[in-house]
Amino acid sequence: MARAVSTRTRIGYTAAAWFVALLIFFPILYTIITSLKTEQEAISGFSLIPSFTLSSFEAVQTQNDYWKPFTNSVILSVGSTILALIVAIPAAWAMAFSPTKNTKNILMWMLSTKMMPAVAVLVPIYLIFLRTGLMDTRIGLTVMLMLINLPIVVWMLYTYFREIPGEILEAARMDGASLKDEILYVLTPMAVPGIASTMLLNVILAWNEAFWTIQLTTTNAAPLSAFIASFSSPQGLFWAKLSAASVMAIAPILIMGWFSQKQLVRGLTFGAVK
Amino acid sequence: MATRQTASLARLMRAPAIILLLIWMIVPLGMTLYYSFLNYNLLNPTGTSWAGWFNYQYFYSDPAFFDAIWNTLALVLGVLTITVVGGIAIALLIDKPIFGQGIVRILVISPFFVMPPVAALIWKNMIMHPSYGVFADIARFFGAQPVDWFAQFPLTSIIIIVAWQWLPFATLILLTALQSLDGEQMEAAEMDGAGSLSRFIHLTLPHMARAITVVILIQTIFLLGIYAEILVTTNGGPGNASTNLTYLIYRAARLNFDIGGAAAGGIIAVILANIVAVFLMRAVGKNLD
Amino acid sequence: MGRITLENVTKRFGDVEVIPPLNLDIEDGEFVVFVGPSGCGKSTLLRLIAGLEDTSGGQILIDGNDATDTPPARRGLAMVFQSYALYPHMSVRKNIAFPMRMANVDQAEQDRRIAAAAAALNLTDYLDRRPGQLSGGQRQRVAIGRAIVREPAAFLFDEPLSNLDAALRVGMRLEISELHQRLKTTMIYVTHDQVEAMTMADKIVVLRAGHIEQVGSPMDLYRTPRNLFVAGFIGSPKMNLITGPAAADHDATTIGVRPEHIKVSATEGTWKGRIGVSEHLGSDTFFYIEDTGLSETITVRAGGEIDLHHGDTVWLTPDPTKIHRFDAQGDRIA
Ligand SMILES: Nc1ncnc2c1ncn2[C@@H]1O[C@H](COP(=O)(O)OP(=O)(O)OP(=O)(O)O)[C@@H](O)[C@H]1O
Ligand SMILES: [Mg+2]
Repeated sequence: MARAVSTRTRIGYTAAAWFVALLIFFPILYTIITSLKTEQEAISGFSLIPSFTLSSFEAVQTQNDYWKPFTNSVILSVGSTILALIVAIPAAWAMAFSPTKNTKNILMWMLSTKMMPAVAVLVPIYLIFLRTGLMDTRIGLTVMLMLINLPIVVWMLYTYFREIPGEILEAARMDGASLKDEILYVLTPMAVPGIASTMLLNVILAWNEAFWTIQLTTTNAAPLSAFIASFSSPQGLFWAKLSAASVMAIAPILIMGWFSQKQLVRGLTFGAVK
Repeated sequence: MATRQTASLARLMRAPAIILLLIWMIVPLGMTLYYSFLNYNLLNPTGTSWAGWFNYQYFYSDPAFFDAIWNTLALVLGVLTITVVGGIAIALLIDKPIFGQGIVRILVISPFFVMPPVAALIWKNMIMHPSYGVFADIARFFGAQPVDWFAQFPLTSIIIIVAWQWLPFATLILLTALQSLDGEQMEAAEMDGAGSLSRFIHLTLPHMARAITVVILIQTIFLLGIYAEILVTTNGGPGNASTNLTYLIYRAARLNFDIGGAAAGGIIAVILANIVAVFLMRAVGKNLD
Repeated sequence: MGRITLENVTKRFGDVEVIPPLNLDIEDGEFVVFVGPSGCGKSTLLRLIAGLEDTSGGQILIDGNDATDTPPARRGLAMVFQSYALYPHMSVRKNIAFPMRMANVDQAEQDRRIAAAAAALNLTDYLDRRPGQLSGGQRQRVAIGRAIVREPAAFLFDEPLSNLDAALRVGMRLEISELHQRLKTTMIYVTHDQVEAMTMADKIVVLRAGHIEQVGSPMDLYRTPRNLFVAGFIGSPKMNLITGPAAADHDATTIGVRPEHIKVSATEGTWKGRIGVSEHLGSDTFFYIEDTGLSETITVRAGGEIDLHHGDTVWLTPDPTKIHRFDAQGDRIA
């Protein structure tokens, strides 16, 4: 709706929108500011101007062994995403380009598995992990995260693949392409943007997962979400350091998130809103 | 394009995803169902025995159970109200011709990418802390006594935190829906003499109805499972004041080692979630064709 | 070589029989056009020949060899789709080269064929563009170029011109006809534009509900339509089909007279009527004559300069040698 409005109205709307936006963003902003303060500054009343010290960041990295959970977060989120893509790409391909009477039902059923509350299977999963020695291992948690996000991955890929006209794949077939050629030279290059978006969203979801990571890890495989949750009482980790740890935990994903707004809508609504 | 060769290949390619999800769905759920009928406590060395409906009765007769159900409902409804109403308002505002719309969007969407434990910690320590939080600073500025949020209003505090996390989601989806609204239709209505309020009620709201439904249903699924925020802030307390069903089951399983009881709670959670799921599937399913 | 024979080819989608058993012979080098109303199975038949759909019964022979179960990639046919189906991520050059790359044609030969195709199709200046940067007509040429370089046994076209505007369509129609004259390769062309059918075809196949109503040269179909359906379908404007006493006079249930076979006069003739709408096209004039007492409004084609207008009373005389007679079943009476 590009309509002519007076500059004054526009400034009014702009002021209101920015006010609301800054209010919503404030907790994050204030955390960033606090992370740049000294501990003393952090607890001495409200102030938006830090002394810009990086000492809290250094302290978190040295005292609390920050890099281990960070590495775990990277491995778990990227690993589970790649695993999910390996399983989901062929499935989504098949459902998009060779649909059967049941395709719709299968998709709905996949969606329904996402609706199972995690806590409902806490007991068996916990016991299985305990007895098979998967507890606190990266491999166990990677598979776990892959399974809980698989339906979203299949769905997102499916909605992207469906936008590729089937005639182009048929044209490739007429042009003498084998199935391998068809997937390699025609489908994949066309699907790359969709696959990339799916990947991005899935990494974000896996990175932020905080139920299973807390339940199934202690120290070895704990990613940032579990690591941070252990600070629920700030023993030895005070305001500035807590803020620094928080900033480091959310910064990479926040930036990725900014780039994936559109895909987020599609992915999280299972294509119901585009 | 359905030739026999493609069709059989397609079957092969679908299989791994389907089999994995089938196992993922059936095995743990079956085990939960089975355990829910057992006397089974990890601290009890005498092993397990058949319990019949005992775990369900026990759960049902536990006053904490009703607290938890009530808290779960209050949490879901509270957050939904704030996010849907707030989301519509903010979406309408951002959709206006404003300067720096891109940056405003980025600022508004950001809380969604903050992992739950961090969100909870930020609010607990930076904002709501009774002595060092921003709210306390504000209260002192006005000469009032700072509120100890998590002690005095535990559930409300958690609702505020969760609403903050989900407000961006609602806003973003409602904004997407809003932007697909046909501008010419709006202009036609304006030519017909419809005022801005009646345009909102008769055109904008109906257009967004579907997106609002989707927001409500998807959020409900996630809100039923709120866990980390409670763990980090109140631990479900004081008493059971901020314990929801998820947290109650977690406590039974992991702190009391009551496998049978936790399993029975899990089955109840499944039933609750399924009621929501049925509606969600209808809404999403319509979009498949 | 590109001789294609369909023997009792059948296609069912679930319980719906879209193509009942159908027999058709397409000679090498022929330009065959499939016409018929929407949904009659033209595309399905073409896709069966291409191998993009499995047959439910019968056999497809290409140059005498059974190709019924041969995958599309190995039938040696090329197809041009209505949507062009170009690969959006490849340049025009890569698009055209793709089938040769799949066939492992050596690079020098690829370059030679691309250059030849590009020259023939006026694409030389666009070889390094992406399909998204081309106009509809140019995209269509790329799709044709991609088909040519394969040197296929036959070309299959599914309504290739229907996305183009009218002027471009005429130009492309001529280009495809020239291409056929130059290559002398079998072409099967689906359309529901009957001007395309009449002007391009060596042989027209008229389909209705998956069933062949008539096969013949354009002039055969024009002169001796086998039944009412073909009579009404071929020719523009449509043949006048008259029932009732006027038909009975000729010992038929229905008679058909084409608009161009009726003489208009202000003074004398067989049927008297009044001009309703009149369309003056310059080269021709079409009159829609009402109040004739016949079973329907009669369309007449007259010369461009004729001085008759709306509301005038006129007399019509059908050319007695050009009256088509049909029986109660709608079949032609010889
Ligand atoms: N995959 C399919 N599944 C079920 N029915 C189909 C399928 N493809 C085509 N049909 C049906 O087969 C019939 C013939 O379709 P086809 O596409 O061949 O028609 P057409 O003659 O090409 O029509 P048009 O001129 O509109 O392109 C139609 O009734 C159509 O609904
Ligand atoms: Mg068709």
